[in-house]
Amino acid sequence: MTTGKVKGIISNLVIVLVDGPVSQNEICYITIGETKLMAEVIKVIGENVYVQVFESTRGLKVGNHVEFTGHMLEVTLGPGLLSRNYDGLQNDLDKLHGVFLQRGEYNYPLDEEKKWHFKPIAKVGDKVDAAAWLGEVDENHQPHKIMVPFVFKGVYTVKAVAKEGDYKIHDIMAVLTDSEGVDHNVTMVQKWPVKKAVLAYKEKPRPFKLLETGVRTIDTANPLCEGGTGFIPGPFGTGKTVLQHAISKQAEADIVIIAACGERANEVVETFTEFPELDDPHTGRKLMERTIIIANTSNMPVASREASVYTSMAIAEYYRSMGLRVLLMADSTSRWAQALREMSNRLEELPGQDAFPMDLSAIIGAFYARAGYVYLNNGATGSVTFLGTVSPAGGNLKEPVTEGTKKVARCFYALEQARADRKRYPAVNPIDSYSKYIEYPEFEEYITKRINGGWTKKVNDMKTLLQRGKEIQEQINILGDDGVPVDYHEEFWKSEVIDFVILQQDAFDKIDSVCPLERQEYMLDLVMDICSYDYDFENFLDVNEYFKKVINICKQMNYSEWQSADFNKYRAQLDELLAQKQIKD
Amino acid sequence: MAKAFQKIYTNITAITKATCSLKAEGVGNDELAMVNGKLAQVVKIMGDDITLQVFEGTEGIPTNAEVVFLGKSPSLKVSDQLAGRFFNAYGDPIDGGPEVEGIEIEIGGPSVNPVRRKQPSELIATGIAGIDLNNTLVSGQKIPFFADPDQPYNQVMANVALRAEADKIILGAMGMTNDDYLYFKNVFQNAGVLDRIVSFVNTTENPPVERLLVPDMALAAAEYFAVEKHQKVLVLLTDMTLYADALAIVSNRMDQIPSKDSMPGSLYSDLAKIYEKAVQFPQEAGGGSITIIAVTTLSGGDITHAIPDNTGYITEGQLYLRRDSDIGKVIVDPFRSLSRLKQLVAGKKTREDHPQVMNAAVRLYADAANAKTKKENGFDLTDYDERCLKFAKQYSDKILAIDVNINTTEMLDIAWELFAENFKPEEVNIKQQLVDKYWKN
Repeated sequence: MTTGKVKGIISNLVIVLVDGPVSQNEICYITIGETKLMAEVIKVIGENVYVQVFESTRGLKVGNHVEFTGHMLEVTLGPGLLSRNYDGLQNDLDKLHGVFLQRGEYNYPLDEEKKWHFKPIAKVGDKVDAAAWLGEVDENHQPHKIMVPFVFKGVYTVKAVAKEGDYKIHDIMAVLTDSEGVDHNVTMVQKWPVKKAVLAYKEKPRPFKLLETGVRTIDTANPLCEGGTGFIPGPFGTGKTVLQHAISKQAEADIVIIAACGERANEVVETFTEFPELDDPHTGRKLMERTIIIANTSNMPVASREASVYTSMAIAEYYRSMGLRVLLMADSTSRWAQALREMSNRLEELPGQDAFPMDLSAIIGAFYARAGYVYLNNGATGSVTFLGTVSPAGGNLKEPVTEGTKKVARCFYALEQARADRKRYPAVNPIDSYSKYIEYPEFEEYITKRINGGWTKKVNDMKTLLQRGKEIQEQINILGDDGVPVDYHEEFWKSEVIDFVILQQDAFDKIDSVCPLERQEYMLDLVMDICSYDYDFENFLDVNEYFKKVINICKQMNYSEWQSADFNKYRAQLDELLAQKQIKD
Repeated sequence: MAKAFQKIYTNITAITKATCSLKAEGVGNDELAMVNGKLAQVVKIMGDDITLQVFEGTEGIPTNAEVVFLGKSPSLKVSDQLAGRFFNAYGDPIDGGPEVEGIEIEIGGPSVNPVRRKQPSELIATGIAGIDLNNTLVSGQKIPFFADPDQPYNQVMANVALRAEADKIILGAMGMTNDDYLYFKNVFQNAGVLDRIVSFVNTTENPPVERLLVPDMALAAAEYFAVEKHQKVLVLLTDMTLYADALAIVSNRMDQIPSKDSMPGSLYSDLAKIYEKAVQFPQEAGGGSITIIAVTTLSGGDITHAIPDNTGYITEGQLYLRRDSDIGKVIVDPFRSLSRLKQLVAGKKTREDHPQVMNAAVRLYADAANAKTKKENGFDLTDYDERCLKFAKQYSDKILAIDVNINTTEMLDIAWELFAENFKPEEVNIKQQLVDKYWKN
């Protein structure tokens, strides 16, 4: 293996003089006294290798010994990842000793002693390739597939598979023979370089299948698709956390991965404290059972912050290859970009806008591209849905990270301070937000099968009404209530009905917090029906009063059990109220 | 200072305003050195070329100056003897007292493992209603005052130091005027609270680069008391804008490419490393805590500048000061200030009516502000408007003004009195059950 000696140090950038070949992004360990510090190659000039150290470099000296490992930064993949709290380099935070993070303390991310009940899937003689399923263990009620390691190239023949029974992760589960006749042992564990996308699937179509979240402002107005991408700008105090919790809890995903990247430690503590308490509406057990948290808070080393988003994505791709639906949420991608900026700065690269590296938007693009819905080689499907947050400097959405994200993410949920101040939760601005998926013919086809035809048209009509309502509101603000015709008020209040009944949702109410798609369809039909009529009003005061009543009854419906006696009672009241003023031809 | 075995270098190869370089061997990153009797720290090593950041500035350093490496990073001797003392940025006494004896610890140590933290849940009372009532502080929280340079933030900080219910108060002063330093010293001495206060002071008379050490010194002392002595520690840092300016100076001298507002690209991480030292330890780890109140001065009230903007993303809320023209006193602005953690204690560690009373009072205060605008524009005021205005004045005077020093329960009682004096129960919009219990007839 190549070794080297430290030659220069600038903060966490270290220059190493090497005696042999190294590769870009290779991992090395720098010895300082008793400890070894992990570092990654980021630039090579002749014999000088620039490495970024994942730890503090205090006390490091010229001449310190460096060992190269011959591999890139890898994740360890196998059963036992679920419900763990890892740092950006996949160290199990719960297993680290002491209150403080000690430099150079790394641990094995999985439990090596635990026994898993294995059931074989592949048979002797089967032809298999990378990511093919050899068997299955039950990991917290999820069918965790034991696969042919992703790094295996070409076709292998199964020579032996372990019988059903209890095994530890390092036991040999299968023997595969390659085309040259060489045997390879496969255990439950494999490693994968985090910065490489796992490509062991047949096809990656455009996302088309709605990822139901039970949040109306998402599902109805700007739907997210399974395998889709989206981003949320998070000005502080706009209910970002509540929205994230709602999505992670309710979204139809099998695995939830939270990447807390460079954010406040107390927020991460909140996630650590609250997630184990959250009930999983899909299974009736705890959400934490199928969750993995990757935490690299703002004060933890910058380089491992950069690694943390890749670590999370690699784990997500691993579970996707098992045919599972994975939801990955990263908070915040801006902090990740800042980590890139700090390194680029130390490398004295010519800066791009706001001193970010020139290839920032390419890096962001490549990362978002790893999400997606896939057909696996065996015909099964899996998905990684990615939702990132950005923290734009000064609240200005024209900064490079947001711009770069906008180019690649297909959905945008504009959390807005003004809406939060008015307590209109979720504070997602319906006009600025968008979902490209709603324009996909594949999505239209899917949703037509799932509910009814004409859904996307109705959603578009709804958005037009909201837009119109906003324009009228501006006119009313300028001209005064009396300065505009009564039917302007009527139109404005129709948009308020949409806002209050469809867009706003009470995340703390047991019933309203989760709105299944069928119910969303019913409410959208109802509200759009209300909006389609003309009404008979004398003056604008009548309009306000009348629609406030309409809103109130609709809200009561939202709070009632679906199709219950109460629900139907409110519906009847509503019909009666509507009949009073609606003009029928 | 130089010991027998230490090698003395005498050939400086480059000098800038804040750094100097020389050829040396066996030097560790972050290591301290003495350059011509001035303290310096290694910031860059390239082969045998060593770049040192000289804290005091490089004025008068000759190219043949004596340079001695000390073989250690900046450190502080910690023990109970720290209490009641004033130190400079290097941790040396400036109050004429003896050197502190204790264990020497490196400053700027590692971060707390996030899974070993506890969610903040203890109230820290300051006696200032703008904080305790409207923006309750929680132990383990970090919150800055966003203040204009002409606002009396240091007086408010001194007030907080005197009144806060904490075991230790650690003051980290960066670029403080000598007048303010003497003011703090006087206030602490006269109030007889010196035994629970430790101060690290860099005044405007000291070189600016020195102040880079102050937050780490203050927080190293804080960690000692919180971890070893299981104490509730409050750290006051003023002024963090001057700290960030010093960072910019050094990065500029080292030819680093500046990012937004001429600040170093690492500003977010640099600030986070300081603020994230705020922590609540769980009972198993002794239950100590570090809470940070900082001051970030703004230029012309601009909160989109890189310093307040990055700070806002790190800290848990922010406080604003405002002069209330009705009463001619300074108050903590009830509209713009926000403590993001207040819901963890308000109504839980304080009386049940706290959240509702707080919201009702701020809402009525907002109504008064609207009424005022109405009046200024020449419109007639309704009876309700008049009552709001009267309420707002009393509310400012009896509760919000920073010279009022009462506990939260008293604040709530006074608020109920003011409600009853000016409004009908249905006008304050508080849950009936609480009105039945607390309304003053």
